[in-house]
Amino acid sequence: MNQIFESILDPYYMQVLTLLGIYIIAALGLNLITGATGMFSFGHAAYFAVGAYGAAILTVNFGFPFYIALVAGGLMASLAAIIIGFPALRLTGDYLGIVTLGFGEIIRVVFLNMKITGGAIGLSGIAKETNLSIVIVLVMVTVYIMYALDNSRFGRALVAIREDDIAAESMGINVMTYKMKAFALGCFFAGIAGGLYSHLILYINPSDFGFAKSFEFLCFVVLGGLGSIPGVILGTTVLTLAPEFLRAVADYRMMIYGALMVFMMIIRPKGLLGDVNLHRIFFKKKYQKQANRSTAAGG
Amino acid sequence: MLMEVNDLHVSYGAIRALTGISCTLDKGEIVALIGANGAGKTTTLRTISGLIKPAKGSITFKNMDLTKMPPHKIVAAGISQVPEGRRVFPDMSVMENLEMGAYTRKDKGEIKESLNNVFKRFPRLEERKHQLAGTLSGGEQQMLAMGRALMSKPEVMLLDEPSMGLAPMLVKEIFEIIRDINKTGTTIMLVEQNAHMALSIADRAYVLETGEVVLSGQAKELANNEQVRKAYLGED
Repeated sequence: MNQIFESILDPYYMQVLTLLGIYIIAALGLNLITGATGMFSFGHAAYFAVGAYGAAILTVNFGFPFYIALVAGGLMASLAAIIIGFPALRLTGDYLGIVTLGFGEIIRVVFLNMKITGGAIGLSGIAKETNLSIVIVLVMVTVYIMYALDNSRFGRALVAIREDDIAAESMGINVMTYKMKAFALGCFFAGIAGGLYSHLILYINPSDFGFAKSFEFLCFVVLGGLGSIPGVILGTTVLTLAPEFLRAVADYRMMIYGALMVFMMIIRPKGLLGDVNLHRIFFKKKYQKQANRSTAAGG
Repeated sequence: MLMEVNDLHVSYGAIRALTGISCTLDKGEIVALIGANGAGKTTTLRTISGLIKPAKGSITFKNMDLTKMPPHKIVAAGISQVPEGRRVFPDMSVMENLEMGAYTRKDKGEIKESLNNVFKRFPRLEERKHQLAGTLSGGEQQMLAMGRALMSKPEVMLLDEPSMGLAPMLVKEIFEIIRDINKTGTTIMLVEQNAHMALSIADRAYVLETGEVVLSGQAKELANNEQVRKAYLGED
């Protein structure tokens, strides 16, 4: 499968597309936390880092098979999320944002000072295990899971919490438990993405996972449209590919990137696909029929 | 006795909101809590539904101790709240809002039956079932909040300021619906600033002042009480 890609794409594009897939997985995880449940997390890169280091240390130092290490990395990220979630998720809004930012930095600094992670020198000697076809499959699995969650009791409870947590609580939704589950699950995907990342880039260093990375993930989700799965995929694609295509104007690259963000937020504050209901567009007829019926009944 | 609240104390930090509230609720009654702003009416209701934990005192419902129960278990036990300011889920459709109300229930057939009952009671909600709740008028949102609370098939319904921000005509309609819900077997505890409306449909009432019950009795008697007329019914 991967050989087919290799024969038609040059290695540079392969790398960019693989990275894009990895970011989509991480961004969809963050979307579950920030988009669906409405919890602001400025520390997503930290869970990405836990997965990246966790999986890499398992394959490099302990000779674990890649896939097992990958899942283990995801679980470690979940565990970190649960430990941090207990104090942090009692907060909401900006306060939660600040606390997640703080914990994100703590995790990064811990990696910087641990022996097993190689400290500031970083971790090298990671085998190349990630390739485009694996990432495509995992993106599809992630998208499928996210859609399934969206349409489940669990997903609806998360949306209720986002819309009004007090009302959700009076409907009999255990808000704290659901927030924790969403947070742990979202970070699990960050961890998986991190494991894929370290086995693609082959060298990781704590400075790869700083606040800038967390902010980038948040931009993917916000630009695409909080809570919209196609939106998040589109937002991640635009923001990952734009810097690559803008290499021609290298000096002005980040300026254009920044201007693009500002412009987007002005013309589409809810994100690219934030208020677009794709289901409604594709099944227009069905909705029209219902609308007609209800206006007829309403007189 | 269906529910008994005994010597409830609640503080928000240093501020003491309730200083020993006791009240009871019998099956099939409508009981009103009336009083001015800051008297502790909403706090009492929220403590019953578990959103606030009391510092002291107890709440018993059918031999169950609600005092330490988390809100989702209290809903499952049969007490459902229509929160102050309605608090519908604005970006969900009317239908989805109602489905959220049945969150603690599992039986699809029974949920469907409750849904039909809600639509029978509020035909306007059925007409607008695909509309986003945030785009409904105030009165319709109040109906939706009540419908949503009924979806958990509660034995006791706690209503917090159902008249808030509604036109007088609508207030009348809402109170008629409350009486109707009560007639079909739901016990109701009602918090209202509009003492006149509350006393007109309630069986019994408690008058709250700065976190304490200062008066209680049959609603009719209270409506004729000199003190109540002066303080809460705006007569002199």
